Amino acid sequence: MELTSTDRALVAAIQNGLPLTPRPYADIGQCIGLGEEEVISALRRMLDGGIIKRLGIVVRHHELGYRANAMVVWDLPDDGIDEIGRRFSGFDFVTLCYRRPRRPPRWPYNLFCMVHGRERPAVLAQVDRLAQSCGVTDAPREVLFSTRRFKQRGPVYAPGPAIEAVS
Amino acid sequence: MTEFEKRLLDGYQRGFPLTPRPYAGIAEELGVDEAEVIATLRRLAAEGVVSRVGAVFEPLSVSASTLAAMAVPDDRLAEVAELVNGFAEVNHNYQREHSFNLWFVIIAADEDGVARVIDDIEERTGLEVLDLPMLEGYHLDLGFPLQWN
Repeated sequence: MELTSTDRALVAAIQNGLPLTPRPYADIGQCIGLGEEEVISALRRMLDGGIIKRLGIVVRHHELGYRANAMVVWDLPDDGIDEIGRRFSGFDFVTLCYRRPRRPPRWPYNLFCMVHGRERPAVLAQVDRLAQSCGVTDAPREVLFSTRRFKQRGPVYAPGPAIEAVS
Repeated sequence: MTEFEKRLLDGYQRGFPLTPRPYAGIAEELGVDEAEVIATLRRLAAEGVVSRVGAVFEPLSVSASTLAAMAVPDDRLAEVAELVNGFAEVNHNYQREHSFNLWFVIIAADEDGVARVIDDIEERTGLEVLDLPMLEGYHLDLGFPLQWN
């Protein structure tokens, strides 16, 4: 679906979150010249159209005790990778799963998934389960645990004034 | 975490009400009042547990983005990480255990915007940036089922 200029203004206005106020859609609308109903229907349209993947609470795993944050990278045959990617995504401990380009010779991996867990051994066991589920235990892979977070914030999807989520 | 907080975080990572008073709708379902839902979310946001209440967009539909990686010598890591953080287009930046030890996401209005940030970082650090844009996304982001101990 194509985004209208109104949609884009709305994306910019809510990218830092909805206001934590009793009438958040009305408050957002007031900032960009839309009525409450227009905001709600535009958001519903973007949800239905797949522009918005989900609307809700975005949590920080680390603060909830999920200290083992692993990016698992795999070098899989291009043929069949889509099926494997979809199957990996079916596991509830996989939070993201993307195909990305190889950059030989320094970077041979073409499938990336994020696995969050409370402790490293549990995460490594989950990675083994993934490999076994698709019969790719022999495929080259690496598990890159994060050791320091320099920056984490909601993405800035569009330039423009954003409304503070917490007032 | 109280039982109420757990139910809030478990139940509303998706399907947030598209009604004029969404927090009142959540409150009704959880058997508390609207003010308590709002106050709790504000507190969890202030504590950093909640990043925001809002939309997770399909990145490619509203902007251009890439995952970038750099192999930074240990003694320059703090300096380079700070330089990378300085870009408004960078929204996640992690050190990871690998020879490529700095990983960050760049989001810009279009692909030229992403390329400019990469060029700028390479020029200012003298280090190569690995550009790994998404080719295919397999995951529907449905939030994360939390396991409480």
